[in-house]
Amino acid sequence: MPKDHGIGASSKRREDIRFLTGEGNYTDDINVNGQAYVYFLRSDVAHGTLNGVDTSAADGMPGVVRIFTGADFEAVGSIPCGWQVTDKHGEVMQEPRHPVLAHGKVRHVGEPIAAVVAETLEQARDAAEAIVLDISELPAVINMKDAVKAGAPKVHDDLTSNLCYDWGFVEENKGAVDQAFKDAAHVTTLELVNNRLVANPMEPRVAVGDYSRGTGDHTLFTTSQNPHVIRLLMGAFVLGIPEHKLRVVAPDVGGGFGTKIFHYQEEAFVTFAAKACNRAVKWTSSRSEAFMSDAHGRDHVTKIELALDKDNNFTALRTDTYANMGAYLSTFAPSVPTWLHGTLMAGNYKTPLIYVNVKAVFTNTVPVDAYRGAGRPEATYQLERLVDKAAHELKVDPIKLRRQNFITQFPYATPVAVEYDTGNYVATMDKLEEMADIAGFKKRREASEAKGKLRGFGVNCYIEACGIAPSNLVGQLGARAGLFESCTVRVNATGGLVVMTGSHSHGQGHETSFAQVVADMIGIPEDMVEIVHGDTANTPMGMGTYGSRSLAVGGSAMVRATEKIIAKAKKIASHLLEASEGDVELKDGAFTVAGTDKSVAWGDVTLAAYVPHNYPLEEIEPGLEETAFYDPSNFTYPSGAYACEVELDPETGQVTIERFSAADDFGNIVNPMIVTGQVHGGLAQGIGQALLENCAYDSDGQLLSASYMDYAMPRASDLPFYDVDHSCQTPCTHNPLGVKGCGEAGAIGSPPAVVNAVLDAMRSGGSKVDHVDMPVSPHRVWEAMQG
Amino acid sequence: MYNFDVEMPTTIAEAVKALGREEAQPMSGGQTLIPTLKARLAAPSVLVSLHGIAEMKGVCNNDAGQLCIGGATTHATVAAEVGTQYPALASLAARIGDPAVRNRGTIGGSVANNDPSACYPAGVLASGATVVTNNREIAADDYFLGMFETALEEGEIVTEVRFPIPEAAHYEKHLQPASRFPLVAVFVAKFADGVRVAVTGASENGVFRWTEAEEALNANFNAEAVAGLKADGSAMISDLHGTGAYRAHLTGVMTKRAVAAITG
Ligand SMILES: Cc1cc2nc3c(=O)[nH]c(=O)nc-3n(C[C@H](O)[C@H](O)[C@H](O)COP(=O)(O)OP(=O)(O)OC[C@H]3O[C@@H](n4cnc5c(N)ncnc54)[C@H](O)[C@@H]3O)c2cc1C
Repeated sequence: MPKDHGIGASSKRREDIRFLTGEGNYTDDINVNGQAYVYFLRSDVAHGTLNGVDTSAADGMPGVVRIFTGADFEAVGSIPCGWQVTDKHGEVMQEPRHPVLAHGKVRHVGEPIAAVVAETLEQARDAAEAIVLDISELPAVINMKDAVKAGAPKVHDDLTSNLCYDWGFVEENKGAVDQAFKDAAHVTTLELVNNRLVANPMEPRVAVGDYSRGTGDHTLFTTSQNPHVIRLLMGAFVLGIPEHKLRVVAPDVGGGFGTKIFHYQEEAFVTFAAKACNRAVKWTSSRSEAFMSDAHGRDHVTKIELALDKDNNFTALRTDTYANMGAYLSTFAPSVPTWLHGTLMAGNYKTPLIYVNVKAVFTNTVPVDAYRGAGRPEATYQLERLVDKAAHELKVDPIKLRRQNFITQFPYATPVAVEYDTGNYVATMDKLEEMADIAGFKKRREASEAKGKLRGFGVNCYIEACGIAPSNLVGQLGARAGLFESCTVRVNATGGLVVMTGSHSHGQGHETSFAQVVADMIGIPEDMVEIVHGDTANTPMGMGTYGSRSLAVGGSAMVRATEKIIAKAKKIASHLLEASEGDVELKDGAFTVAGTDKSVAWGDVTLAAYVPHNYPLEEIEPGLEETAFYDPSNFTYPSGAYACEVELDPETGQVTIERFSAADDFGNIVNPMIVTGQVHGGLAQGIGQALLENCAYDSDGQLLSASYMDYAMPRASDLPFYDVDHSCQTPCTHNPLGVKGCGEAGAIGSPPAVVNAVLDAMRSGGSKVDHVDMPVSPHRVWEAMQG
Repeated sequence: MYNFDVEMPTTIAEAVKALGREEAQPMSGGQTLIPTLKARLAAPSVLVSLHGIAEMKGVCNNDAGQLCIGGATTHATVAAEVGTQYPALASLAARIGDPAVRNRGTIGGSVANNDPSACYPAGVLASGATVVTNNREIAADDYFLGMFETALEEGEIVTEVRFPIPEAAHYEKHLQPASRFPLVAVFVAKFADGVRVAVTGASENGVFRWTEAEEALNANFNAEAVAGLKADGSAMISDLHGTGAYRAHLTGVMTKRAVAAITG
């Protein structure tokens, strides 16, 4: 029987009532009395010397409050980068200044140059059109390999080159890896591109800055996945505002996918301008602005090689990746192609020797940072495409080759610095084979061929590291932040609970699933538990939501805080029951004394805490409120196996996905329905990357895919009915809930399955092609099939 | 969006008069024009809405048996109402954009705009239809002049499009994956006196008639007749979604499929 409440129940998402009825409170719904609007005048050239910004004609235009340019921000700090990578020579990365408004130079199309604050948005736009920019255009660097050539134009004149860092991992293994390649019976090599993506959350970014002259308090309302992080980064590094004078509120947020982790110029601008203008300032991104100012994702160019012995055992892996940073370092950009990517290169396999080289490169493009999966999709894609290619070259079954090389003993220390605590890759592959009905494939292929179509089957495995992360470990790796999580549980006098979490929910359903956990621990109905998040004024300092960390890290903090509550409540109960504390048990919302019929209800205990007439005041304080901070001891390692079946029209190159099966191991599961939904969403984005999405620049740095006319988002009709299973569960060994995280798996695990399936279909039609880059659009497939 | 005045005429005559105002522009469904205005890429001082002109709306037949569609008739109406008479045209209309677009967007707006990737121009040209304006009748062959270019003069409005009804026709559309406009689409119309093949999405000069295919099909109306035919890719659009060579190839494939759909 599926559970109907508590941990393991598919409780309906309580937040959906407001989201589906238009009752959500998004940042754009927030309007502060007397607010003005800002319009950013953005660069329409990719690279140029900014000789001057003449605002004289615009200054006096109707409604203009004030016009800001880069000069106004000279004394203001640089938009900070939260991670410092050390390169293979022991040198720290090159880190350019990142101004709020461009000064001296423009470095990508979309970079804000001037900001007009006016009574209305249209007046601000009118005035912006009257600003005269004097820009001497410079040659743009777009292609990463060109950017690192000697003599290439430099994105940042004060840096030695466009190379941010040249990272080797594990540098000490390099010699042994090279030797293993010399000794190999077979080497498979693959060059591929992990296409640049635009995150495209349904809600574009919005920021409202407010300032009170009376108190000196700043407030920023913003579309963020981590308001505390924004408060710290912007307050301490950009504007010099201490935390106690700065409140950051991220209310309902309509999807983030990573792109709302980062601290952006527009947030600093509205906060700064609110004080300078002494009135609230609001910015709402248009979709066009989002394309050229939200941090993009992926954009790796990789050569990867696999060495195998004569029995097809993987003996070594070597990669060489160029990772695009864009024009500036976004908040977590340097960590994505390194610690979130290199450490995952072992995948599900016991390859003993691995060497990963990553060159991070500055180009005249929008900054690139974490996007759903961040680094792990890039790792999975190249590895799983490579293994498939190896299987094809060696004429062995791709599933068999994978199984042969699976890690089967846990814990397992990889040669790339991480230790997988648990997993069962054989079990997920068994499950997948059953779901995918491999036996029936031949018939389905024949049916497709009878219609003049080709049919292909592709499979892949994935492993990811999420629940980031131990603070002491990431500190050694260059993180300039801790990655703990926090929770305050406040029990009210009549027994209801307010759970204030440092995690942030922007679609993941925490308000439902977190409440299930707490309600289950106490044995009370879920609707007695309210989850509060997103406001630095009423939540403890937390690091926010990304890297599938909310339940694994934030949920653990919540469990710890709830345990403290229960411990104290037991003390109160034992007093009320006149029993010894050790004999008191909490079950189904009541405290009982073992071996007696004595009982006191949860609500009586909580009332006693706040009306302490009969209370052990000399032993414990009144009230019932506890806070816990939780810092994990390891990442968590969800894993799985995915299969995709496609039909391909050989005349047009059109690919349609006919079946998709996903067998995931997420450890323990709190709300299966929400987990399924998270997988569905991740699959849509992974399939979107594989088949449709492509953020493209021309050689002058103009964004070619700058709107939905050219940037193809997956639509419902592009996607199949998924077959999703998460019954294979190896609980995480080091967090109290045994959970692993499920938010990114779909996006990580699906692109290689799709591309492997497309190649299988192409080969069945006689094509000799061994790779097509994503998105495998009809045009690319057709062109590849021309030979 | 810049500020503008709005005029809401109820007759063609009033509309023509309103369009005489300085920098006036007609607006029909607004599905192309409103995004353009929002992006500040157009700055009319007066928008003349054609939405309230009853004489420009709806579907009827004239004495010659032609299908007459008012210029302000929405795609949804065409999809719903011409299915029995001219199923290929109804199917074309039914596949434009999404329901919101089809409920606002109009045949007049589409034909006036002449987007090189729009659907209607292919249907109009292949049908040998007549574009009727407030002061003349223009044969489709003389109407489409190039990418976003038509024979319309300043202030002239498309009031109706008259379609002779072919014996058989089919519209085959290969989608551009992002916009879902045609990447290449082909409308084949077979009349008693010959076959007309119009191609949209492909050419840098907008919709065109593929005369080689017409000749081949006049000789033998069969998919085989065009299977080996290669369209000329030299003046075809090359962009993110496909090269000219790919579009030329698709022109052949879509034509073949359209014919096959007719011959069954
Ligand atoms: C999301 C989306 C998807 C779409 N997909 C497709 C598709 O798949 N295929 C396709 O063909 N189209 C597509 N369109 C375009 C759609 O069909 C438009 O409705 C059409 O192109 C313009 O018609 P309208 O009535 O909206 O014209 P408007 O936007 O009102 O006007 C367009 C232009 O024509 C002028 N104009 C309008 N009516 C007249 C008239 N009667 N006489 C003279 N000039 C006039 C206007 O001044 C303006 O310059 C799509 C649009 C959107 C927004």
